[in-house]
Amino acid sequence: MSGLEDLYREIILDHYRNPRNQGELEVPPAVMAEGFNPLCGDEVKVHIKVDDGVIVDIKFDGQGCSISQSSASMMTTAITGKTLEEVEGIIYSFKQLMSIHEKSLEGGSETVDSSTTGLGDLQALQGVVKFPVRIKCATLGWNTLEQCFEELDEN
Amino acid sequence: MSFDVSDIKKDFPLLSCEEHNNSLIYLDSAATSQKPQKVIDAVSSYYEEINANVHRGAYRLAEKATTAMEDAREKISDFIKSERSEEIIFTKNATESINLVAKSWGAANLGEGDVVLLSSLEHHANIVPWHQLAESQGIEVRWIPLTESGLLDLTDLDRLLEGVKLVAVSGASNVLGTVPPVRTLADAAHAVGALCLVDASQYVPHRPTDVEELGCDFLAFTGHKMCGPTGIGVLWGRSELLEQMPPFLGGGEMILDVTQEGFTSNTIPWKFEAGTPPISEIVGLGAAVDYLESVGMDNVLEHERTLTTYALQTLKDRFGDELIIHGPHDVSVRGGVLSLAYQDIHPHDVSQVLDDHGVCVRAGHHCAKPLMKLLGVGSTVRASLYLYNDESDVDALADALEATGKFFSR
Ligand SMILES: Cc1ncc(COP(=O)(O)O)c(C=O)c1O
Repeated sequence: MSGLEDLYREIILDHYRNPRNQGELEVPPAVMAEGFNPLCGDEVKVHIKVDDGVIVDIKFDGQGCSISQSSASMMTTAITGKTLEEVEGIIYSFKQLMSIHEKSLEGGSETVDSSTTGLGDLQALQGVVKFPVRIKCATLGWNTLEQCFEELDEN
Repeated sequence: MSFDVSDIKKDFPLLSCEEHNNSLIYLDSAATSQKPQKVIDAVSSYYEEINANVHRGAYRLAEKATTAMEDAREKISDFIKSERSEEIIFTKNATESINLVAKSWGAANLGEGDVVLLSSLEHHANIVPWHQLAESQGIEVRWIPLTESGLLDLTDLDRLLEGVKLVAVSGASNVLGTVPPVRTLADAAHAVGALCLVDASQYVPHRPTDVEELGCDFLAFTGHKMCGPTGIGVLWGRSELLEQMPPFLGGGEMILDVTQEGFTSNTIPWKFEAGTPPISEIVGLGAAVDYLESVGMDNVLEHERTLTTYALQTLKDRFGDELIIHGPHDVSVRGGVLSLAYQDIHPHDVSQVLDDHGVCVRAGHHCAKPLMKLLGVGSTVRASLYLYNDESDVDALADALEATGKFFSR
């Protein structure tokens, strides 16, 4: 079961069982976005509160598998207290980790390894890449976070 | 013919394919069935020996292709005890069959305030076309509720039927396995001047089908769930209705005449079959019907009942309260579709570990989101049985579930 052990690392199950930053924030001042995985019916809501270009609070809520929920949970711990610019960098690195190469982003050619090492716990999600259908689970919270940014831009 | 499942298994090359170490436990036939060698051969020999366009060429090969296709129509007609093969319309799948009724009959006959009554079990294929008619022509979509055990709650049927022009229900649920009393519903529909459509996608593959006995007016089903190829579906409709209905798609095949000023529709069934049809798929579906007939649909039904009983019992014995089996547990009103919730492990995670044990099941909402909402879940693990499954497959499922529990409690 080596493939499975690789997918379901201890830290992933820990975030699944004890999700960090679960809940909601008051809108406004926070912004909120909802994401769906139409394949499996998973749903996630992300609330972020931004002050002076810094994420001062983030909460997520939803129903989903261990991969989608732990990824969202780890995301919240990774980006709290970070500037929006730093967060863009983390999102970029995470997508690199998931083998999603966004050509539109700069400098995305040969820097994969060095750029993903700063992800900390999130590195544990690397095993997902071997299970392509699960990539959508792992990125659900992240895509929803990006929708929050779009909300911010509109406000 | 007596029914020996180990012989049946051998008819399906994929189930004993080396690629999967001869150990594939396929429990996802509600999504699509595996194909017997006879169907695979029928499709390839069609291309090797018969291929030509139909209803067009005067040469012998084209005639052979046309005959192959129309023979299949006869077989399928007989298979569901239709009196006239013109009542068999070939579509792409069940989804298109239901859309054909909505877009042709529905658009011509339904208007503001007319009601289409659905059961709460329906697949999106038998929901969205009616929602679309609600948007375009202001019809009302109404729902027959469910009982606690997942049967249709018909206590208020008279009131539900007020203003109804069409009752559209699945013949068997792809989530709970429930087999609703179609005859009762069809009779009740007719008593208020309404019609009855049956989404028989999960019905025709699993039990003897007799459209007269069912008493419905339209029956939709899909080839790939009944040992046939993908890309071929069927709509059966009463000829009086089909003749009155406007064509669905326009183009070649569906016309008698076209001028600069307009067109005259062909007679049924071709009126509804615009363009070159999926000929090899139709031939393949004819071969699938031959195959199922050779096994005997009574045998298929009996085998699935016995196996479903075994599965319900085995899962209850081995897992008790740790495993919820949604839907009715009485095999006289259900088919071999088992929607499961195991401990609090998410269905996606369950199916991932099952896959590691070679067990193929579906995790998700099964294209029945309104039903999922009623069940209070986002998704389920669904194991579905067919003629080639046996007790060892059920045991493998149970073993793999046990391993899943262990894996996540480590
Ligand atoms: C009950 C039911 N109706 C309709 C469909 C749609 O079948 P198809 O996708 O072949 O059109 C399915 C299969 O997914 C089904 O289970």
